[in-house]
Amino acid sequence: MNAGQSASFRRLFDEVGPVDAVGIEERVAKYTTRSIKKSAKLWGLRTAVTMVDLTTLEGKDTPGKVASLCQKAVHPSDDPTVPPVAAVCVYPAMVRHARRALGPGAKVRIASVATAFPSGQTALVTRLAEVRRAVADGADEIDMVINRGAFLAGEFAKVQDEIAAVVAACGEATLKVILEVSELETYDKIRAASFLAMSVIRPGDFIKTSTGKTTLNATLGNNQVMLEAIRDFYLATGTAIAMKPAGGIRSAKQALQFLIAVKETLGDAWLNNKRYRFGASSLLNDLLRQIEKERTGAYQAPYYFSEAAESY
Amino acid sequence: MSRLPITKTPKVYVGGAFIRSESARVFPIRDAAGHFFANIPQCTRKDLRNAVEAAAKAGPGWAKRTAYNRGQILYRLGEMLEARAVEMTSAITLGAPSPARVRAAAREVAATVDRLIYYAGWADKYEQVLGNVNPVAAPYFNFTVTEPMGVVGVIAPDAAPLLGLVSLLAPAIVSGNTVVALASETHPYAAILLGEMLATSDLPGGVVNLLTGFRREIVPTFATHTHLRAISGVAKADERKALKLGAAESVKRTHLLKAEAKTDWFASRAQSLEAIRDTLEFKTTWHPIGA
Amino acid sequence: MASLNTLPKFSARRPGRPAPELIFGDLWTYDPAPETADPKLKARYELFINGRFIAPKSGKYFNSINPANEQKLAEIALAGPAEVEAAYRAAQRAFDTTWGRMPGAERAKYLFRIARLLQDRAREFAVAETMDGGKPIKESRDFDVPMAAAHFFYHAGWADKLDYVAPGRRVAPLGVVGQVIPWNFPLLMCAWKLAPALAMGNCVVLKPAETTSITALKLAEIIQDADLPPGVVNIVTGAGETGAAVMGHRIPAKVAFTGSTEVGKIIMRSLAGTDKKMTMELGGKAANIIFDDAPLDQAVEGIINGIFFNQGHVCCAGSRLLVHEPVAGRVVAKLKQRMKVLRVGDPLDKNTDIGAINSKEQLTRITALVKSGVKEGAGLFQPACTLPAKGWYFPPTIFTGVSMSHRIAREEIFGPVLSILTFRTPEEAVEKANNTAYGLSAGVWTDKGSRILKMSTELKAGVVWANTYNKFDPTSPFGGYKESGFGREGGRQGLLDYCRLV
Repeated sequence: MNAGQSASFRRLFDEVGPVDAVGIEERVAKYTTRSIKKSAKLWGLRTAVTMVDLTTLEGKDTPGKVASLCQKAVHPSDDPTVPPVAAVCVYPAMVRHARRALGPGAKVRIASVATAFPSGQTALVTRLAEVRRAVADGADEIDMVINRGAFLAGEFAKVQDEIAAVVAACGEATLKVILEVSELETYDKIRAASFLAMSVIRPGDFIKTSTGKTTLNATLGNNQVMLEAIRDFYLATGTAIAMKPAGGIRSAKQALQFLIAVKETLGDAWLNNKRYRFGASSLLNDLLRQIEKERTGAYQAPYYFSEAAESY
Repeated sequence: MSRLPITKTPKVYVGGAFIRSESARVFPIRDAAGHFFANIPQCTRKDLRNAVEAAAKAGPGWAKRTAYNRGQILYRLGEMLEARAVEMTSAITLGAPSPARVRAAAREVAATVDRLIYYAGWADKYEQVLGNVNPVAAPYFNFTVTEPMGVVGVIAPDAAPLLGLVSLLAPAIVSGNTVVALASETHPYAAILLGEMLATSDLPGGVVNLLTGFRREIVPTFATHTHLRAISGVAKADERKALKLGAAESVKRTHLLKAEAKTDWFASRAQSLEAIRDTLEFKTTWHPIGA
Repeated sequence: MASLNTLPKFSARRPGRPAPELIFGDLWTYDPAPETADPKLKARYELFINGRFIAPKSGKYFNSINPANEQKLAEIALAGPAEVEAAYRAAQRAFDTTWGRMPGAERAKYLFRIARLLQDRAREFAVAETMDGGKPIKESRDFDVPMAAAHFFYHAGWADKLDYVAPGRRVAPLGVVGQVIPWNFPLLMCAWKLAPALAMGNCVVLKPAETTSITALKLAEIIQDADLPPGVVNIVTGAGETGAAVMGHRIPAKVAFTGSTEVGKIIMRSLAGTDKKMTMELGGKAANIIFDDAPLDQAVEGIINGIFFNQGHVCCAGSRLLVHEPVAGRVVAKLKQRMKVLRVGDPLDKNTDIGAINSKEQLTRITALVKSGVKEGAGLFQPACTLPAKGWYFPPTIFTGVSMSHRIAREEIFGPVLSILTFRTPEEAVEKANNTAYGLSAGVWTDKGSRILKMSTELKAGVVWANTYNKFDPTSPFGGYKESGFGREGGRQGLLDYCRLV
């Protein structure tokens, strides 16, 4: 990276400013004391269902597992008021099996992780080839990982160039850029990485918290940092970037808290699955349990709901 | 026909659980009338090693709790002991001996509760007395704060087996240290019961670990285990020497009372801010003052 | 953020497009979420003197009103001179015979008991506090009641450690003290006053504010349950006359007052010529200073906490925002966005952020000062919000373009109203911040540690919050400079005001 580029990134990071971790935790603590009941709760639960990227990312995934996942994604519950989820999320080798299970032009989209997910530690040419292949196999969306090693070493131009190359390789497919918040560690770096990514992706592309493969995934804190970055970027440039927290969101209660964060930070325009997703699997059934409880008034046992995926 | 009571199997409280010695050995204790009372775990150096692991694991979490929270937990420990004072009194007397002995035991239990409350009250205050801001002769903000040392070894006396043990472990844990303690060799049963109260007081597992057994088998390992950063206890002359020789190898801090001096655990001198200070580090930080 | 457009890769801002805006509408509205726990209110509250609830000789009572809906909650006994006399005599007797002779370790146990009993009944007290005073249930539940219990818990531990309070000196209690507290944190102010006084061995006569007597008298129930010896704490309720009687009585060795600077001065005048010790915790007009390198979103949250917490009924409220010019536009824009998601309404709704104004009088005062701000040319902004039809409410309000010569920059409004001024240099910020007769608190927001320490050294305020605001703890001394009062509450320093050196 040359001196000029280095200086412009310094300027960018100065502009976007620092983040106070204690302050963030205090702000998000207020989301957890919101009390969401009755019709507001049902709206939130159903909306959360439409935002789920139903995920399976295991070494032992098979076409059969993926087909079962797709069936669950399209038809999560016998309750006709429960909508389908936003997408299924699978490894590149499974994309064509998902496409076969869903058929062409399905409402439920197919997201593929790519770019040597989760570590990203292969040559760029390999990572791009993987993206193109997944798109060719039928992926509507690509979840990529940024080069954390380069980021932490200060090679910001490289990080950004790689993202731009993946954008090009995606073609029509939507891109989600995984920052891997646990490896960036501080909120300052998460904010900076968010801006780095947003500057080179397209309206409707996503920034995403994590691969779900480390011990720390999406939290209200890192979700808030990224929502604030999206908001500041939108108000400065007019470009609306979408958000996906992934991993660690297992309960409906948590999902509602994340939606409260969206509502109070970005407002109504982000409360839909074009602008917000949950990367999750066991979350879906907890959402269904809570929806059923709202309908009948009775707490539900987990085994009333069909199992589909247990990755997260 | 009179009803046969169920006797309790004594186990030691280590890592938040009640366990037997890894060696499976026990030694019997007798009640005041000389009858068999129970088998007490005869802990080994490996038990001590495991307890230190548990204490080390519990350390960071305990030290990160707010001082208020630690104070509340010590207070709750006092609540648990007070509520079961009668049971603890008979754990000390082990039988129905003279009323004078029962009174002395009850007095020991009451003093132990009061001692816990005393140290509970220091949790969110000792920093205000021991720490300070230093007016250095340069444009720096300079402040000294305290920090717990880590894992502390405690060796309890035989006299006042409950009060002595608690007087040694409470000032260590109030600041965020975790403790591995060897209970009285001749009167271990009070420590067995104390474990139950620790378990029901919201104290996280591993913060206090209580071992029973023979001093000659365990004290040498207290001396040499390098992860123990300090030893507080009561010891005889030869034990003190061994402890200090072992401490030299890893620069442990030792605060040892002479067993022969027969400490009066009921005296007000037996509880103090200085006892808390014994297991604290002091850290001084400098930061420039300027626009 | 224009420099984002200079980055090599991407610029989406097309000329001619309208400026982007966020929509904080009603796509997803929160349903009402009322707190349903029972506050267990009595229809009538008597005075608490010498360990018993007794009726006033005069037979006079006054009503306590719920400011959320203007409905009567209960009748409160009106203490006359005879009752104030009886209360002080009971306190003196309790000091001479019981409390003054009791070992500190035993006094401690009573205070621990009170803390625990308050924790047991926390929800009940929180609801009562919200209904009597108007603050949101979220705040009384999550702040006022737990903090009150914490004050008793902290001070309990000092009672037997008095040798450490004043190095090299021994301390002794003052004897009997008189205390008058305000309506903004009724239960918490009881704790702030009673806990240190009792820990140091004194006995007390306390008068709550006339609009908020209920939780003080519920605390008296807990004091009875804790078996506190009769006369150690006495609570006499009433208004200005009762307060004057409590402050001016011959028995107390010391009086403590928290309230307006105006009334504080009246009390000080009335006590001139006596030997009584005093502590005063009075008004404030704190400056909250935001530098251009501050974490802006968190600073905005700090501003919001600083002025809208408790409807701005806080002596240390950050009622003046001093914002560094380079970021003034951004900060005000973020502030407005954040205000749009604040919820004003029924204090008992768990989602309410800003509750009711404590009384009609206070609402009148706030309205008048806001009018003056408009009249003097400052720029008013209030987010659209529907206020309940009954009850006393005021929307969160900010004024831009304020200078120190505006009334709204100098006078304490004691409401949810923020006056925004700008500055160019740290020296100017300090000058403006200190340009007031008050000196209770201040806030500084910057990423630079050395600047925090410099500002903290130069701001004439008893409490400086750096990169945070409105944080309280029993261990942290609180009190003001200049006309914000003298004496400290909390921490080791706070204890010294309740004892004498021997």
